Amino acid sequence: MKAIVTVMLKPGVLDPQGRAIGHALETLGFEGVGDVRAGKIIELELAETDAAKAKASAEAMAAKLLANTVIESYRVEVV
Amino acid sequence: MSLRAGIVLFPGTNRERDMAIALAKVSGGREPVMIWHKETSLPPLDLVVLPGGFSHGDYLRCGAMAAQSPVMRAVKDFAEGGGHVLGVCNGFQILTEAGLLPGALLNNAGLRFLGQDHHLTVAQTDSLYTKHYTQDQVIRVVLAHGDGNYFADSTTLDRLEGEGRVAFRYAGADGAVTEATNPNGSQRNIAGIFSDNRRVLGLMPHPEDYVDPLMGGTDGLPMFTSIVEGLAA
Repeated sequence: MKAIVTVMLKPGVLDPQGRAIGHALETLGFEGVGDVRAGKIIELELAETDAAKAKASAEAMAAKLLANTVIESYRVEVV
Repeated sequence: MSLRAGIVLFPGTNRERDMAIALAKVSGGREPVMIWHKETSLPPLDLVVLPGGFSHGDYLRCGAMAAQSPVMRAVKDFAEGGGHVLGVCNGFQILTEAGLLPGALLNNAGLRFLGQDHHLTVAQTDSLYTKHYTQDQVIRVVLAHGDGNYFADSTTLDRLEGEGRVAFRYAGADGAVTEATNPNGSQRNIAGIFSDNRRVLGLMPHPEDYVDPLMGGTDGLPMFTSIVEGLAA
């Protein structure tokens, strides 16, 4: 199975990269863009065939390594 | 006086020689031992140093991969047993990723890599590393980082300040600690912090870069003379 882990900076943590993207969009003439946040997507190929177990396993990986929970939150989706 | 220091090397570490020069200078020429990240134990040491660099190419997050290295289990045991650990720049990032120091280092708020001199104030002199400085002394050091923006939640920040665990703050040449003298967006201008027993120190600037007039400065030297006075047999 494949697990897709999305890692984002937590609300309240300054995201200078997101802000720079926002400024660039404004410069390009796109209007009405509010707060921009940039994150990471990590795709994992897992040998596990049980979706619930695969999700639990990917969540453990996210908590231990893929995200730093001091500054980031994560979401796991199994497909 | 002779100090048994060990410097941990990760793939991508690149500031170990400067650190070795600074340590040898205050330790009668005794060279620190270099310890590869695959090692699972440490030789008998007075001090472990995690130097600067770009361990594992800064992949995922700065210091995230290095924090999971085999040697870090031994470094954690060493710290938990009351050992002294100094992390500079990438070493500070590794210490936070390994959970040996609280908080995290984010992208510089201005998004630019900073390679420049900057001033600090010494916020805590009651430690192995800082006792040869005076309280609120202004020192000039070198910054060389892209991810030095110290972040912790306000409860953690209050605790660090309340327990006297802020070691250094970014300042102006006159010692002013303000938003204008904050080069990278760090919370409360924090440049370096201690563990709760003040035996683990992490800081973003490079004290090892200014230990000889020929380098352009000597304001880093008191850190190394403090260490050797406190630890060397």
